[in-house]
Amino acid sequence: MVNERIICAGFGGQGVMSMGQLLAYAGMIEGKNVSWLPSYGPEMRGGTANCNVTVSDTPIGSPIIDHNATAAIVMNLPSLIKFEKELEKDGILLINSSLIEKKAERDDVKAYYVPANEIAVEIGNGKVANMVMLGAYIELTKVVKVETVIEALKKVFGPSKAHLIPLNEKALERGAEEVRG
Amino acid sequence: MAKILMKGNEAIGAAAIKAGCKFFFGYPITPQNELPEYMARELGKAGGTFLQAESEVAAINMVYGAAGSGARVMTSSSSPGIALKQEGISYIAGAELPCVIVNIVRGGPGLGGIQPAQSDYYQSTRGGGNGDYKLVVYAPANLQEAVDLVMEAFDVADYYRNPVMVLGDGMIGQMMEPIEFREPKKRELPPKDWATTGTEGKRKPNIINSLRLDPAELEKLNQKIQAKYREIEKNEVRYEMYNIENAEIVFAAYGTTSRIVKNAIEMLKQEGINAGLIRPITLWPFPHKAFDEIPETAKAILTVEMSCGQMIDDVKIANNGRLPVGFYGRSGGMIPSPQEIVNKAKEMLGGAK
Repeated sequence: MVNERIICAGFGGQGVMSMGQLLAYAGMIEGKNVSWLPSYGPEMRGGTANCNVTVSDTPIGSPIIDHNATAAIVMNLPSLIKFEKELEKDGILLINSSLIEKKAERDDVKAYYVPANEIAVEIGNGKVANMVMLGAYIELTKVVKVETVIEALKKVFGPSKAHLIPLNEKALERGAEEVRG
Repeated sequence: MAKILMKGNEAIGAAAIKAGCKFFFGYPITPQNELPEYMARELGKAGGTFLQAESEVAAINMVYGAAGSGARVMTSSSSPGIALKQEGISYIAGAELPCVIVNIVRGGPGLGGIQPAQSDYYQSTRGGGNGDYKLVVYAPANLQEAVDLVMEAFDVADYYRNPVMVLGDGMIGQMMEPIEFREPKKRELPPKDWATTGTEGKRKPNIINSLRLDPAELEKLNQKIQAKYREIEKNEVRYEMYNIENAEIVFAAYGTTSRIVKNAIEMLKQEGINAGLIRPITLWPFPHKAFDEIPETAKAILTVEMSCGQMIDDVKIANNGRLPVGFYGRSGGMIPSPQEIVNKAKEMLGGAK
């Protein structure tokens, strides 16, 4: 049974909000209950952003993640420091090792280190680092199918940006490879 | 129709347009800005008019005017902006005009903050403006309910010729959930033969007014609208009873807070404590009778709010002295955690045993 509570966090421009939205969108397409809750408030340019996403087979009570995250995807150092403690025991901690040198402090969570920016640049566009991380997360949890994320992407992008689909697909796949056992 | 994923503020705007809203007047304020932004983009395409007023006071008086001409009209704001609109809301209630007002509540008092709160309960249910008037107040707990209630709000406003408020909070406004647009249950809506649409010399002019200098006439209006409110109390009460059977403790919570309480109920269940929830969906008319349905097993009621304790007054009135009524609340934009609620519930039960 699926009941995933994910925190996506990073600095503005890293695509953490859209990563979370895509996940929620894909969950909805697969008929699951989903919610997406952004942090909002005054924030300086380059400041941190995060969203809480729930994907569940059962109706969602509170959409707020409160020390019970099943996963955290952290794209920059401040996010790691802030959200590592939000994970429940055995939670998944996906760390963007391109920008974060620090290691996970807790030993009761499963930490994975993905050089998302390097992979994204390698496949042709640094902006898809978020999709690399999402690919890794989906590989680890199978919360939704990768094909459904692509389907969601097509809907979000529309025909004018359809040419970006293969790049995103590639990013998801490379992220998955990175954590495949 | 397939479900779509939308942000609360935008979903409310889309629902209003689906319900035939033709005019929107507002003034920006966080955390509801996506709603006027959506209306600015979409209302024109639907044959309506969006106008950003020079102030909240201007916006609500534009609503007064459009409502007087019989149009479906909406405004939205957040707490201090709604405070500014109170004079106009009282006029609209006094002139017996239909309109829909959305309040995406933020922490107060004063300009306060921009994070979610429920500290406008009094303002919404006790009449933030002057005089003996009431708004029908809907408090959705999720986006599907928000969409359904906004669509119905226009019908209810027209049916009773009374302003209707939809009360959300920053979380309802900002979050995304899947929604679908569903027709509300059909109501026989009376023709708007009172609207000021131009006489063309064929009928006596209709007059929209909230000034009545003759006390006897003004009392007659008060009696008329009070009779209407009794009708609304009879017909429009909405609430959810959740896990109430055999409950040892019953929570009372609405909107966002009710969702957090549901998590707390799950946590209590794992500790062998059976807890239930009364969730008012209409804050006015308040679901008094729900509290008569609390089973004998219950030892206490715990009201949980994102305020310093406002709805608790209505809970106490409805409870009528039967059970001890406790309170747990956070304010200023802080959100209570399920664990805090669990702790308070256990404290109350410990004391009641």
